[in-house]
Amino acid sequence: MGLVLLIIIWLITFVSTYFFIAKTWWLPVGASASAASIDHHFTITYILMGIVFVAAQVGLGFFVWRYRDRGGSSNKAEYSHGNTTLEIIWTVLTAVLFVGLNLMSSSIWASERFRPAEANAVRVEVTGMQFAWYFRYPGPDGKFGATKPELEDASAGGEGALGLDSKDPASKDDVVTGTMVVPVNREIEVILRAHDVIHSFFIPAFRFKQDAVPGLAISMHFTPIQTGDYEIACAELCGLGHYKMHGIVKVVSQEEFDKWLAARQAEKQ
Amino acid sequence: MATHGFAGQETHAHAAPQGFIRKWVFSLDHKIIGLQYYFLALAAVFVGMFLSLLMRIHMIWPTVALPLVGEIKPETYLSLVTMHGTIMVFFVLTTAPQGGFGNYFLPIQIGAPDMAFPVLNMLSFWTTFLGFIVMLAAFFVTGGAPLHGWTGYAPLSALPSAGPGEGLGADLWIISIAIFCIGALMGALNFITTTLDMRAKGMSMMRMPLTCWAWFITAILGLLAFGVLLSGGILLLMDRNLGTSFFVPLVTVNGQLTGHKGGSPLLWQHLFWFFGHPEVYIAILPAMGLCSQLLSVFSRKPIFGYKAMVYAMLSIGFLGFMVWGHHMFMSGMSPYTAFAFSIMTMAIGVPSAIKTFNWLGTLVRGKIRFSSPMLFAIGFVSLFVSGGISGPFLAQPVLDIPLHDTAFVPAHFHLIMGVASIFGIFAATYYWFPKMFGRMMSESLARWHFWFSFIGTYCIFMPMHYLGMAAQPRRYSQFTELQYLAHLIPLNKFITYAAIVTIAGQLIFVANLFWSMFKGKKASDNPWEATTLEWTTATPPPHDNFGGRTPVVHNGPYEYSVPGAPRDFVMQSDPAIKAAH
Repeated sequence: MGLVLLIIIWLITFVSTYFFIAKTWWLPVGASASAASIDHHFTITYILMGIVFVAAQVGLGFFVWRYRDRGGSSNKAEYSHGNTTLEIIWTVLTAVLFVGLNLMSSSIWASERFRPAEANAVRVEVTGMQFAWYFRYPGPDGKFGATKPELEDASAGGEGALGLDSKDPASKDDVVTGTMVVPVNREIEVILRAHDVIHSFFIPAFRFKQDAVPGLAISMHFTPIQTGDYEIACAELCGLGHYKMHGIVKVVSQEEFDKWLAARQAEKQ
Repeated sequence: MATHGFAGQETHAHAAPQGFIRKWVFSLDHKIIGLQYYFLALAAVFVGMFLSLLMRIHMIWPTVALPLVGEIKPETYLSLVTMHGTIMVFFVLTTAPQGGFGNYFLPIQIGAPDMAFPVLNMLSFWTTFLGFIVMLAAFFVTGGAPLHGWTGYAPLSALPSAGPGEGLGADLWIISIAIFCIGALMGALNFITTTLDMRAKGMSMMRMPLTCWAWFITAILGLLAFGVLLSGGILLLMDRNLGTSFFVPLVTVNGQLTGHKGGSPLLWQHLFWFFGHPEVYIAILPAMGLCSQLLSVFSRKPIFGYKAMVYAMLSIGFLGFMVWGHHMFMSGMSPYTAFAFSIMTMAIGVPSAIKTFNWLGTLVRGKIRFSSPMLFAIGFVSLFVSGGISGPFLAQPVLDIPLHDTAFVPAHFHLIMGVASIFGIFAATYYWFPKMFGRMMSESLARWHFWFSFIGTYCIFMPMHYLGMAAQPRRYSQFTELQYLAHLIPLNKFITYAAIVTIAGQLIFVANLFWSMFKGKKASDNPWEATTLEWTTATPPPHDNFGGRTPVVHNGPYEYSVPGAPRDFVMQSDPAIKAAH
């Protein structure tokens, strides 16, 4: 029985570890400026925890086999209540490992979340509602027009869904779209809102995730570094259509972006 | 703390009841109440497991109509998610280890004739039972069971218009949890008082088996945590039915104003997780205590570092109340607080690691007997390591950016809080069954059950880590809407197949349980040659636990292979051994 346990525990350990190392399933392609540093820290954590995982499981398998009851009276268990020196050593080692890992990652967190968006960032307001994402650009005046809950009409889509107040002059040049278009290599400031319940704005390729909470306007930033289309998912359970609340962020060159935005504004006139 | 003689306990003893109702239904006997809790949890675990089976089947065969529920709509799927989580967390993981085994064995292991408050004990069980019935009722009302997940995030959980199931179903769900909290609070008071006041002569705190320490600390956590959830639940009910706005700001659903304004959705999350995180330890601590016990018994060796184990559990309990914010790194909470919660969370990994080292240290130079309880205890250690290792990922806010709310999270908590705790329940069942029913369970069936469960759960939950890294969000019923999920469907299929096989394997356990109750081999009073007090009394124990005898304790709980002793174990009630330290 000891040998069977050893084989099964080792087998589970090595098969699991193989798929982690072979990266058969892995993080999506990283297409934002912060992806590299987040992935780097992920890999460090992953290697250290992987070593602990393999060592503990291999040890467990080995010990249950090695110290099995072999019968006979010569085979005696040791009478020992433990070893304080060992206790202190492994307490200190794990404390250093865990707290150290944590401190290593804190600068990345700070640059993601403590630093406000740059002044020249492209501003996009992102609004989640059951079960769609809407994106609003402030237009040449740089100001988002007022929205009013009582003007909301979900079935109208676009500006109607956001309840944009056409009486506010600042709203005249606002552009509302169902697809997010952003220029490459520019910092994008997103202002996250939600109308009804909590949603979570998740762009796996950008290593970006933030809940959109009703009643709050949460400002965050990211910088796309590759052109292309990237999928947006909703990561917070928001109701029956949660699994299909998705969207696309199109990362294009600055010229294309300017052209696209101008065309949208022209449509409005 | 002082220990009391039998005289101090006499007031708690009561005469053995006659008649079916007093003896088996509204019983005051902690042993019967323990069994009632156990069978309630057994019923609940099969409901919960059945729901998970339906979920897994629906994920990969979405058009198939399923038994009992028929066609699964997106909202049906989310109801299954909600009810699976809620039933498993409350009525299985909180109920069986503490209410079931704790009730049955805490008094016996400390040498008491019953719990401190037998009537309160009866009430706490029947309250819990009522909670379960109300929970099940949510399936059958108009709109069905709620779809807001076991965490019930507001405003989704606060607005009847936010989706099907958010009407009466959601009210019943909250009421059920509130009832459960009341039962759990009564139970917690009883456990704490019993542990502090009812220990037999010589049973100092530091001579208590680690199981008793675990039940004691769990009870303290329950006392502090369930009250907060109860208050949160009442506020949520008021938001839903009385027009208050604790958790709901000005929101519109489908363009319609809801009449709420000024509330904070994050307030619910804080209240919920202030309970929710200690709840994780409420589920796992009893299993930690039990597996420590079993590793010592079946390695025929004293536990490695008894004091370190006690201090580790105490620090887990203490730190467990300071880490709730790690569920909220992406919630919109101040990013500065994330630092504090993250450091505390990493710190709580330290006592958990100490326990793992000590379990391994207990095995080393032991003489391991592979009886069925030991197989599950070894399985527990393996699962605890595997589930624990993903903790330091999720504890770091930076890594939470890609991993939060992906399949990585269910992978983590199912391994550690779900399966490891369930392995604790299985281990406890195989270990104490002879004492509870006077018969042995079949060892060969138990081994088959172990292999199915051990390999099966790894096949289910290990691949979920890969899904999470590949950014598959959790609580998705279909993976067809997002293109980047398409290549993960084969892996999802594999998980479903593994789940079907593993769940089928659990039938072996049920068959063994009921067959052995009537047909199992007669058990002796101490079949595992263990040292704690429950093995000194008759099998099953008499109404007052020790048949009028007054246990007196002279030794620690883990005196195995003591040099010079006639047998390889010295009972706690045996004359004091000399070399004890």
